[in-house]
Amino acid sequence: MTIISAGTAEGGQELLSRSELTAKELLREVGSVLRLSESEAALLAEVETEAPEDQTMIINMGPQHPSTHGVLRLMLELQGETVLRCKPIIGYLHTGMEKTGEALTYMQGGTNVTRMDYLSPLNNELVFSMAVEKLLGIDGDIPERAVWMRMLLSELNRMSSHLLFLATNGMDLGAVSMMLYGWREREDVLRFFQKVTGLRMNHNFIRPGGLAADLPAGWRDDVLAILEGLPSRLEEYDILMTGQPIWRERLQGVGVITAQEAIALGATGPILRSTGVAWDLRRDMPYLHYDKMEFDVIVGQYGDAYDRYSIRFNEIRESMRIVYQILENMPSGDFRIQNKKVTPPPRARIDESMEALIHHFKIFTEGFKVPVGEVYVAIESPRGEIGCYIVSDGSSNPYRMHVRAPSFVNIQTMPHMMRGGLVADAVAVISSVDPVLGEVDR
Amino acid sequence: MGVVQNIVDDGLGGMDHNFVTARIEDLVKWARSRSSWGASFGLACCAIEMMGTGASHYDLSRFGMEVFRASPRQADIMIVAGRVSQKMAPVLRQVYDQMMEPKWVISMGVCASSGGMFNNYAIVQGVDQIVPVDVYAPGCPPTPETLIHAIETLHQLIEDGEIMHRRAANNGGAGVELSSELAAQTSVTIGTK
Amino acid sequence: MSDSADTVENAVETQHGCPVQDSLGQRVLHASRDQYVSVIKALADEGYEMCVDLTGVDYLEMPHRTVGFDIQPERFELVVNLLSLSQRKRIRVRVQVPADDATMPTLFDIHPGTEAHERETFDMFGIVFSGHPDMTRILMPEDWDGHPLRKDYSQGSIPVQFKGANS
Repeated sequence: MTIISAGTAEGGQELLSRSELTAKELLREVGSVLRLSESEAALLAEVETEAPEDQTMIINMGPQHPSTHGVLRLMLELQGETVLRCKPIIGYLHTGMEKTGEALTYMQGGTNVTRMDYLSPLNNELVFSMAVEKLLGIDGDIPERAVWMRMLLSELNRMSSHLLFLATNGMDLGAVSMMLYGWREREDVLRFFQKVTGLRMNHNFIRPGGLAADLPAGWRDDVLAILEGLPSRLEEYDILMTGQPIWRERLQGVGVITAQEAIALGATGPILRSTGVAWDLRRDMPYLHYDKMEFDVIVGQYGDAYDRYSIRFNEIRESMRIVYQILENMPSGDFRIQNKKVTPPPRARIDESMEALIHHFKIFTEGFKVPVGEVYVAIESPRGEIGCYIVSDGSSNPYRMHVRAPSFVNIQTMPHMMRGGLVADAVAVISSVDPVLGEVDR
Repeated sequence: MGVVQNIVDDGLGGMDHNFVTARIEDLVKWARSRSSWGASFGLACCAIEMMGTGASHYDLSRFGMEVFRASPRQADIMIVAGRVSQKMAPVLRQVYDQMMEPKWVISMGVCASSGGMFNNYAIVQGVDQIVPVDVYAPGCPPTPETLIHAIETLHQLIEDGEIMHRRAANNGGAGVELSSELAAQTSVTIGTK
Repeated sequence: MSDSADTVENAVETQHGCPVQDSLGQRVLHASRDQYVSVIKALADEGYEMCVDLTGVDYLEMPHRTVGFDIQPERFELVVNLLSLSQRKRIRVRVQVPADDATMPTLFDIHPGTEAHERETFDMFGIVFSGHPDMTRILMPEDWDGHPLRKDYSQGSIPVQFKGANS
């Protein structure tokens, strides 16, 4: 005789899974309510007498969903709340931009490329312009002021993109007020962009040969106003998020990826840096004048979502450092190369000179011709390595324009990050990868 | 009963506008225009500007559109923000069908209104080919001021009842009679040239 | 690593058996379809750990182009960009793919990150990658006909009438 001491043990109240019950007990469970005999209950109950397999659920998340960064569809195979497998399905924003790029001239190409990664449009334009300049052979002749202006705009764009990451990361994890704060900071940067380029987004400002226009008067004060307002606000967000226990619980240890996995999958940017690999194209394969800038490359250690969050957070601070240095060093000069075949003449000259008028007409209608060749140029966008591969056939339209989008490759890391986690962590993982579906689908 | 059935079928339009019910109708329309909630259908760049319009600087909540409901069942206005690709079109229609009457659609940006700069195989040339659109907001992307103007235009139309009168004439808004649309007279090559 | 050919007149630099071209300062290897996987594997062992990009080009409208090095140009070309993080350099591998037999072996076993790129290349060009775990369309709907980035696939534009035009 065994003595069972109840205490708080659940021995007497267990719910055994169906695979552990005998058929007799199952039928009794069904039949007792209906007051049927066991054989009659068996006919009604459709009881499987062999053990069922572990039930996994396949659910669909998206493409219209508040937690996805754009139209990303995820098929998740769940066992309870645990994600076993995940398959991202993309293509819901496919715009045929590479095909459109073949129909537009090199001057118009910026308008197309800028809408791919719509959170850092100036970086898209920069990589496209750099590729075209390399094909033209003028990449060494870009005026100094143009190069520094490009760096200024690129870094400010990195800041606005990371601020948006903080906003959406906060909102996805429940800190909805962070959404409003992040947008508040972004508005300052966007207002500066509107003053300089004329548009808040999708500027088409960085063009092959330089930029479309010079910086307006008083730009220095505007940039200083942005830079002076940010640090105290970033401190506030530090208090709101970085040290906060709920934030840490939700992000630390979530979405872990190892360096080998990241390199094997081709992930770059904050994802690769969070695993401990200190790879930043601005430092390791410098372009523009980043080799003259003093800034740190933020590297994580654990490869989890918390590392990616803090990398992006601190990259805002590093970008501010770079912008201060640009403010000190900005030279005077031309904002675009004075090559009549490539850059249009100033508007005032069109009235005076027939040649200027013809050049203007030719550049804007027919476009400038680019010699035959193929080139791949890559820069560091806020999401990773963005590259532009252009094949030219000697005409004024690209023969093939391909953009290597960082988010397209980074999305491949998502199944590996989500495996074994909970469904709620899936949202945190998507948010930490920070995909922009415009460049994923192009 | 005739009157109740009319109201059930046509909503406000079935109330047989007279001076007794006019006050109730006005109240309902006034309330509707000031508390419409948006269904979040942000697709691309316009979605960023839409979020910016909802943020603190441009603040949509002073127009009653504070929340963007994720579930279409709880939303009134669907703001189609961004380019609609061929793969996304059925999803768009499905979300529109899930919304409850009365519902309105704002087509935000040139890509949603007409295909925008992407006149190619991949983008639906205007969401009005899929859902009936009430207000078109131009821009690439429209600045938040433009979007607010579009929303306010829609609110004015709701409050005037103009939209509901049109609905009553067309037997309800959701029934897009595609068969009565003229087929395109110009041929478009999709596929092998 | 690089050895010149036997004859002095045309010393062609080769790497892993493929001729090397300098394209605007960038190193390009021209591999044949049979060498392709082994060349990528050799490069990966050499230090090119990451495959950053894999895409295709359709040269239908450039029928008289030359690749050089006695390589027969085909309609399609597969372009693979590799990056070496340890040595901070890039290299490009170009492979000619004939139109009538547009299949290539997959790089998934060496670089798992090419999964999405190869699906996109299949979707846009019709080049089938044998050995790929999921050779389906990725950007277009599954039942779409045609491969959009081919040159004989039209833009699909709706004709837009300008008021000032003649017709």
